Amino acid sequence: MSNGQTTSRYTIERLQSIDRRIIFVFIAAAVIIPLLLGASLKEETTPIVRALFDYVDHLPEGSRVLLSFDYGPTTAPEIQPMVDAVLRQCIERKCKLYMMAVWATGHNLVGQTIEEILKSEYPQLQYGQDYVNLGYKAGSQGLIRLLVVDFKRMYSTDAAGTAIDSIPMMQNIGNLKNFDLIFSFGGGFPGIKEWILYAGDPGHIPIGGGCTAVSAPLLYPYYPSQLVGLMGGAKGAAEYENALIQAYPKFSNMPMAGMSLMMSQTVSHIVIMFFVVLGNVLYFIGRNRNASTKPGGEK
Amino acid sequence: MKRTVPLLITLVVGAALIIADFVPHRPFGTLGDDFSLYFDIIAVFAFILGGGNLVRVHIMKLSKKRKDWPFSIVTLAGFFIMLAAGLLKIGNPDDIKGDVAALGSLFSDLYISIFTPLQASMFALLAFFVGSASYRAFRAKNKEATILLVSAFLILLGRTPLGLWLTEGIPDSISFLELPNLANWILDVPNLAGQRAIMIGIALGVISMSLRVILGVERTYLGQDND
Amino acid sequence: MLRSLLTVCAVAQAVLLMLCPAALCQSDNHDIADSVSDHSTAAMSLPASVTGVIAADSRGDAGGSITVTWKKSSDDGEGANSVIGYTVFRSENPDTGFVSVGSSSAGMTEFEDATTDDGVTYFYYVATLSDAGSSPSPVSPGTRSSAQWFNSRDVDTFVIGLIICLAVIYFIFHARKGRKLFLRKIAGLEAVDEAIGRATEMGRPILFIPGIMDMDDVQTVAGITILGRIARTVASYDTKINMPVSRSIVMTTARETIKQAYVEAGRPDAYSDDMVHYLTDEQFGYVAAVDGIMVREKPATCFYLGAFYAESLIMAETGNSIGAIQIAGTAQPAQLPFFVAACDYTLIGEELFAASAYLSGEPKQLGSLKGQDVGKMIAMAAILIGCALFTLASITGLQSLLDLATAFKSHFSAS
Repeated sequence: MSNGQTTSRYTIERLQSIDRRIIFVFIAAAVIIPLLLGASLKEETTPIVRALFDYVDHLPEGSRVLLSFDYGPTTAPEIQPMVDAVLRQCIERKCKLYMMAVWATGHNLVGQTIEEILKSEYPQLQYGQDYVNLGYKAGSQGLIRLLVVDFKRMYSTDAAGTAIDSIPMMQNIGNLKNFDLIFSFGGGFPGIKEWILYAGDPGHIPIGGGCTAVSAPLLYPYYPSQLVGLMGGAKGAAEYENALIQAYPKFSNMPMAGMSLMMSQTVSHIVIMFFVVLGNVLYFIGRNRNASTKPGGEK
Repeated sequence: MKRTVPLLITLVVGAALIIADFVPHRPFGTLGDDFSLYFDIIAVFAFILGGGNLVRVHIMKLSKKRKDWPFSIVTLAGFFIMLAAGLLKIGNPDDIKGDVAALGSLFSDLYISIFTPLQASMFALLAFFVGSASYRAFRAKNKEATILLVSAFLILLGRTPLGLWLTEGIPDSISFLELPNLANWILDVPNLAGQRAIMIGIALGVISMSLRVILGVERTYLGQDND
Repeated sequence: MLRSLLTVCAVAQAVLLMLCPAALCQSDNHDIADSVSDHSTAAMSLPASVTGVIAADSRGDAGGSITVTWKKSSDDGEGANSVIGYTVFRSENPDTGFVSVGSSSAGMTEFEDATTDDGVTYFYYVATLSDAGSSPSPVSPGTRSSAQWFNSRDVDTFVIGLIICLAVIYFIFHARKGRKLFLRKIAGLEAVDEAIGRATEMGRPILFIPGIMDMDDVQTVAGITILGRIARTVASYDTKINMPVSRSIVMTTARETIKQAYVEAGRPDAYSDDMVHYLTDEQFGYVAAVDGIMVREKPATCFYLGAFYAESLIMAETGNSIGAIQIAGTAQPAQLPFFVAACDYTLIGEELFAASAYLSGEPKQLGSLKGQDVGKMIAMAAILIGCALFTLASITGLQSLLDLATAFKSHFSAS
């Protein structure tokens, strides 16, 4: 075996076991640079997102929509654009918004969303008449099971401690079956799956969802029988935003968080693909060299 | 006794909860919900155990100046400051009666300025690790791995606008070959079929495992072996 | 733990829902959205009122609920197409005192009033709403709500769940009589001893992560049962085990399990409570702490057995970077690809639940695995029959075949 062959094999082996921090630098650049440049990409709406959008768009005025914030700051960059888009659409449809959280970390996000979307974009909406913040309650799927039977047993006050019976829009709420649609945002536990198993199926209540891209494949089996529709990851959010802009052109000049993530996602996908290709090219070169230096050896 | 009593409790409660799912009438119908609440109550009290253990471990580490002891100061400070901010509702605009996470409270400020960026940073690691794991794992070593590699490629491309752009010119008659359509097909058909099969297997595994526990055949979790 | 038992039924139901083959090719939910009226075409005359309003005690519930059904207005989705929804009114007197108890979207023909008191007679009417105003229906006959002793809505779940449970129980108790069961080799479990041995040789600890869920998740129970087996080997090899947990109850349970394993190995003095320690309930706080432990202590072997979410790859990649042998197992399908990519061995879904039976080698436990196969046979038969019926109905176009297929589907479907 010549020195040249040894050197090139050594180089290939080095490249195959490349320091993962080099890959990290490329991915960081792929994510950060498009975000800094402010580039955004439009997404065509796929059927599973379209089904959800259309369902909300056909809700009659005054429909009760429950939004459960089942996520935390970790997944907020992926999930929050979905929440914002759904809220804007529901307000356009003049739905009544009931916001709650089965995740402790979701509690603060309800408050932030109310400040950033409802109070700043729709100051005419009145608390208790048009929307209510029910806050976080512990109990995970046990809580959901109880809410299907008796809502007020678990929620005797809203997040600020106001008695639930003194809130006008809570008057006719006996249990979850009184809602026209339940949205769960977040693919963790408890999340969309638990809302389907413990509320949607037993109570025959329509469930819609928005989750991280990682969780989406797990939830596809529930569509369309048990799930009205699903937004998966930043792409799902961007698709919903696209549908929203098409249906309500007034939003076309508004910056959409989901769409602004798509350029980053596209570039980082390309970077990952590049490394996968590189890994395979090196793998095949290495394998062929091994085979040629070991005649009759196992291939 | 140490073994019999827990096994009996498991049997009775397990059987009662299965019955409760099919008998809505009192007292069975509410059993499931009641036991769920009991579990949460026990879990809340057990948190004192956990929190106590955390504090004890780090105080020990500090007092004995074990390796990396300065980190324990950060842990203990974080624990007690957040606990005090939540319990005493420090800086809450509505004082002690207000929402624990009301904007302007110390709890909310800590949540927004420390907790949120720390959590987001940890989750963001996933993007980097997906990159390094796929570089290492996606090698066309055999037939199955090659299929996996090709599917991954199609989905990576199809889930971005690049996929649409690359195959935009394809005639309508073969539009199923457009990358987004191919990616959706992979997710909707082979992926869905596989997921369903795994979920059915898991559900049956859960039933079998739960029955073993309820019937006392599996008792390793009790700290006792049944050999 | 308690809730894991509670979930057996829910899971059985989930099996049935997953069995629904027709869901692959049918899209039921769009019917509702498609049939909703187009508001822009609202006529300015009052809509036709609904007919056939019937109020009846809700089936298979714990009382406190009456279901009101009606035949939709002739202007709902057809005629003037002006209906925007329905409001349901209730009173204890058929002539007066009606108050609104809720509303339904256009296209809907049912409303469940879940705010009734059992034994009280209620009367209902339904008002059809349009932009021009509302048209009330005639008042329904009086109805009372009451609790039932059997949930007739779940009869299919009950029957199939019962068959599966009985099969599992039968094989558990008849396992001793039967022939030796064939079990395919599970590589991840075969490698457990080797992985522990490696840590012993290297003089480094073993890290055991039981997932991030509490003892009410059956995956955690499965993880802890495997821990019992692993701990016994660990005790006899005199290897160090480190188990950071994110739930207090898991901490107490795991301590008991490990302590007993050390007693059985004849080394009770070597056990210490510090082997299992609590970090935080918070998902990513836990991951950060575990990653820190990995980087500082460099365990030779890492076990991840339980319920995992987004933290799976973060932990497994860190473990990979320190060169640890990694054995993972979870029933979270979304996390399986990550574990497969980053770990040496992965127990996929049901293998996690089968692991304790596999490791114990005890006939009774192994028998339960055979019982599971009966469930699989039912699932496979239902999928094949369902697909065959719908395919035949689609090819032949016969309505009777389609009805038969739909009826068959309804036994395995949630909606």
